[in-house]
Amino acid sequence: MMDFWIILTAVLVAGACSILGCFLILRRMALVGDAISHAVLPGIAIAFLMSGTRDSMWMLLGATAFGLLTVFLIQTLQTAGLQSDASIGIVFTALFAVGVLLISLNAQHIDLDLDCVLFGEIAYVPWDTWTLGGTDMGPRAVWMLGITVTVILLLLGLFYKQFKLCAFDPAMAAACGIPVLLFHYLLMGMVSMTAVSSFESVGAILVVGMLIIPAATAYLLTDRLGVMIGLSVAVGVVSAVAGYLASYLLDASIAGCIVSVAGILFILSLLLSPKHGLIAKASRRRSAAGVL
Amino acid sequence: MLEWLISLWSDPNTRWILLGCTLLGLGSGVIGSFTFLRRESLLGDTLAHAALPGVCIAFMLTEVKSAGLFLAGALLAGVAAVLCVSAISRHTRIKPDAAMGIVLTFFFGVGTVMLTHIQHSGSGSQSGLDKYLFGQAAAMVTGDVYVLMGVSLLLIVLALLLFKEFKLISFDPGFARGIGLPVGLLEHVLLILTTVAVAAGIQAVGVVLVAALLITPAAAARYWTDRLPVMLAAAGVFGALSGTAGAAISTLGEGIPTGPVTVLAATLLFAVSLLLAPGRGLAARALRHRGMRAAYARTVDGGAPPTGAAEGRES
Repeated sequence: MMDFWIILTAVLVAGACSILGCFLILRRMALVGDAISHAVLPGIAIAFLMSGTRDSMWMLLGATAFGLLTVFLIQTLQTAGLQSDASIGIVFTALFAVGVLLISLNAQHIDLDLDCVLFGEIAYVPWDTWTLGGTDMGPRAVWMLGITVTVILLLLGLFYKQFKLCAFDPAMAAACGIPVLLFHYLLMGMVSMTAVSSFESVGAILVVGMLIIPAATAYLLTDRLGVMIGLSVAVGVVSAVAGYLASYLLDASIAGCIVSVAGILFILSLLLSPKHGLIAKASRRRSAAGVL
Repeated sequence: MLEWLISLWSDPNTRWILLGCTLLGLGSGVIGSFTFLRRESLLGDTLAHAALPGVCIAFMLTEVKSAGLFLAGALLAGVAAVLCVSAISRHTRIKPDAAMGIVLTFFFGVGTVMLTHIQHSGSGSQSGLDKYLFGQAAAMVTGDVYVLMGVSLLLIVLALLLFKEFKLISFDPGFARGIGLPVGLLEHVLLILTTVAVAAGIQAVGVVLVAALLITPAAAARYWTDRLPVMLAAAGVFGALSGTAGAAISTLGEGIPTGPVTVLAATLLFAVSLLLAPGRGLAARALRHRGMRAAYARTVDGGAPPTGAAEGRES
């Protein structure tokens, strides 16, 4: 049963991240995802301090707000004339520093280890359960992730066309009368929500891995958005399950193994993809040279 | 207050750490200015995360904890990571930012696996390896501080010696190639210097925050000047001030970590620069804007020709 909860958590993290990752990759905002996943730390710490418990909804809302604040600050610095890479770097390091400081200063009030911030503690997920009216409802992380995945599926299902157009051609979307900025912030809100709910299970850095790597793998394999999302989720889920098994064999961090497996899958598709793979490209070049 | 300052200087250990952090801030501020101008600021973040497997391999091979050895491991892993990023973004349709994200997290994931493997194997001497990675300057011993200071001085001296070349490749690589400079080689040298700065900084401020040592002082310095030598000096001073503040304030209490304080000091300097710097700062811009509006209103009232109006709107 323990294994089941851990794998279910990993699969939910992988699912939520790999769907959103496709849109981040297409909008060239991979590193904004990186920034958000670090910058939600002060939100989590403040939610901890204010509510005093690990009450999920507080945490989810507070930290999601910080994710949106990050996006807003990055945008503001850019309009103030700072180049985009530097504005991302300044905002997320500053917010992460605030988070680390808050946690270390209130170490006795916040039940959050700094190692856990970076690597996550997915192995402890089954013990941290949520009780409602005295009955055990199962692990809290699974509930939070479940809510997140539902929100993502609901929003994407309702507005798939709009998100797609915004991802490929924001100018065209604006010309069609789609509120591009609103959808931008909706997407960023979903990324923040995912980052927060995955935070305790896989840590700040590995969330980024699950956001970017499966989506990039799928991006090399197909040219159609629908197929890309499907493949991305498949890669994410396979990495989650295989990573869990690998961590068992190596006696090492589960989250680390999951991202490593995803990375290996990425390398495979980088080499072997029929259209965009390095081997296919090289052989195409050779046959072109043969024709000449 | 005064007692605190005296105690900082009288305790030899604290004094060394203070000096080491100051020099580190100075060195990374200077090197960071070049990466900032080349719009490669986030490379520092990639390098820092990629250092983890390098440090772990260095430890697994030798079973010794030494700053010099970790530096070598981090350097090699950083170079490998950068090669991967440029290979992915050159040969596939994946954009450089996504390539950085992939390499960063993959290296860090592999490093995490190695780190936990080492910790679980329980070889005894591994304790403190995570201290090295998450940054606690107070945990440094004198030998580590010497390495830190040596490395920072080396960075500053090399940056001054190669100033002209780095200036050219930061502003106009095409021109640099045209007059026969070995641009590829110089870019690699700059990259290695950046990696060294990052690897040295990890121990003081930690994996995640070390990128800020490169970015924030340089970005703050950019607001004060349009001349590169002045910018380098300002970035160095901002970096040094943040390093000093971080090391000094973290001596105040047990639980105050060096890294976040250093980064927040740098961010404060950046915010002040953003708002108040003459010329490029937001306040100066707003004032200029108002002045122009007033001038425009006057010309309109005075019935002056509309040429002034066009100028006012443009700037």
